Amino acid sequence: MSQRLIIEAGRTERQYWRDLWRYRELFYFLAWRDLLVRYKQTAVGVLWSLIRPVLTMLALMLVVKFGKLPTGGVPGPLFVFAAMLPWQFFSTALSESGSSLVMNANLVSKIYFPRLVVPASSIMVCFVDFLISAVFLAGLMLFYGFVPPIQICLLPLMFLLALGASLGAGLWVAALMVKYRDFRFIVPFVVQFGVYASPVVLKTSIVPESYGLRFIYSLNPMVGVIDGFRWCLLGGQNTIYWPGFGASVLVVVFLVVTGIWYFRKTERTFADLI
Amino acid sequence: MSAPIITVENLSKRYWIGHQAVLGEDHVHSEGLRHVLERALRSPAKLFSNKNHKPSGVEEFWALKDVGFEIKQGDVVGIIGRNGAGKSTLLKVLSRITEPTAGRIEIEGRIASLLEVGTGFHQELTGRENIFLNGAILGMSRVEIRRKFDEIVAFSEVEKFLDTPVKRYSSGMYVRLAFAVAAHLEPEILIVDEVLAVGDMAFQKKCLGKMQSVASSGRTIIFVSHNMGAVMGLCNRVVWLAGGRCHMVGPVREVADAYVATTSLQVERRTDLAKIVRYEMNIRAKLMSLEWLDGVPLKHGVPARIRIEVKFTGDVPDFRLSLGFSTMEGVRVATFDTDSDRGFTGASLGDGIQAFELVVDSLVLNPGLYMVDVMTRSGNDHELDTLRGAASMEVVSSESTPVHFFGKEPSVRLAGRWKAVNH
Repeated sequence: MSQRLIIEAGRTERQYWRDLWRYRELFYFLAWRDLLVRYKQTAVGVLWSLIRPVLTMLALMLVVKFGKLPTGGVPGPLFVFAAMLPWQFFSTALSESGSSLVMNANLVSKIYFPRLVVPASSIMVCFVDFLISAVFLAGLMLFYGFVPPIQICLLPLMFLLALGASLGAGLWVAALMVKYRDFRFIVPFVVQFGVYASPVVLKTSIVPESYGLRFIYSLNPMVGVIDGFRWCLLGGQNTIYWPGFGASVLVVVFLVVTGIWYFRKTERTFADLI
Repeated sequence: MSAPIITVENLSKRYWIGHQAVLGEDHVHSEGLRHVLERALRSPAKLFSNKNHKPSGVEEFWALKDVGFEIKQGDVVGIIGRNGAGKSTLLKVLSRITEPTAGRIEIEGRIASLLEVGTGFHQELTGRENIFLNGAILGMSRVEIRRKFDEIVAFSEVEKFLDTPVKRYSSGMYVRLAFAVAAHLEPEILIVDEVLAVGDMAFQKKCLGKMQSVASSGRTIIFVSHNMGAVMGLCNRVVWLAGGRCHMVGPVREVADAYVATTSLQVERRTDLAKIVRYEMNIRAKLMSLEWLDGVPLKHGVPARIRIEVKFTGDVPDFRLSLGFSTMEGVRVATFDTDSDRGFTGASLGDGIQAFELVVDSLVLNPGLYMVDVMTRSGNDHELDTLRGAASMEVVSSESTPVHFFGKEPSVRLAGRWKAVNH
């Protein structure tokens, strides 16, 4: 016999991580499906994943220009787009993974597989968008003749941080949305406000250090992520406020750990509730 | 061979039924977000320690209670029972979609479940893409799918439309493709739920044949169906669930006979056909209801009137309707078809519900138990809505039944003239 399976109340856990590995192909196929389907029946297709961030950037540029906000000595578009890169990733990943379980309700209620596959694979689509935007940013840098600093080698680490923030928050939202569809309305709201609560147009250094304000501000994990991206991509005056960065990293780790914990805890009731 | 491949012990599954019919494992689920937040504000510590106190305003409901049975390798086990008996819950627990509240299941071997045809099919994707996606969802690896790809396509008979998005498929093609993928799974244990109620008659036979060949290759099948004919033709053992409990487990003949004996008491004057689950989505001539205007049970040898309501949407050229009587094993013994009534014309029927009445001058069915099949068609080759075993019906003897008749065999009793002739 190839394998023995025991199903008992509260014991489905045992095979979980092994199953997660076994279902890696499903992860791949779901991501592939989402990618294929995403721009079906659209006129400009995959261009949309470029148009959206570029238009957002242009809008934010107006804010930077007219608000005479400091850009740390780099061209405005570079300053804004370096932050847009992780922010777009985070916001789309959060909304996509957050609603992924509900969107795939038919799968969840009819087939067994480790449910973690669903939110995780939905983030893959956002990763592709991220790559497209990154290429655009590279083009932008070429256009301005801007040479990125040596820290750019650390960018993958910063991306891991952004991924952690998205996955952690996404898991919480996905699990909660199965029970409370309220989150369908909460998430767009959070994303909308998040642009202003994170240093997308601002520099973190604008926030005063007195009373630990900047530290508290950094508890928003995207503060650390965005500052990290700016530091890696632009360098110069775009420095990192290290205590705050440390706080952001801790918050991200906390989000991921509790996200997985909560997701795993509620996972076995998904099929009954969805 | 003698060691059980699946052992189920004291399996129970509880749901909470709330006011708003929200089901859940523990009571937090039956509350809205607002209530949870309110409670959290009052006493934050209690939020995470609510396991043991009885929820207020909700009732507990045991979908399964102390179910236990064993399945040996190579067994083809049918699971039967009325609606709400716990069949679907049992399958969901067996296939690990939901967790049991108590009890234990031991399974040896790779298991695959097929609770629905075409789970995860995506409307926008082509047939080819859906084969890969659906295969992956059912647990096949990419290599495995690629190896069986041609076989799957041949089985589904949709070669020409492989690169067309499935949203442009007819419902028949869609179902055929979906079943074809599922039929090529090769698990040691296969769990199937009612999927045979799909497609046209020829395809159903093909599916049954495929399952039979799977079964004869020594693999284990668990099969839920309302179609007693299919259960009897396919299974060697049957688990009969009633009210969430195991009512009877045993060889197919024994259990099925006992089951048929009780369900036959359930002959209704009017059957709501609209609520029967279909696997097709847009049925142009959907069967809505079936009514025996002269009361039930039917009487042998006397006239009978039967009323069938059909809901039309869209154009249905050359509409045909038929009603058949089958034995409990699923063998058709009599058919009433609009084709054989030259006076019937089904042309130019508009949208909306239309009732049809069948008048039988003298019912020639022998006293006994029958399953009733109803079917709508457009022309000769487009089956629109086919409901096999849509209702059960008992025919009893009347004055015109010969007094000495004692066999209660479902069949047709034809009139003819007999005389002795010299040779």
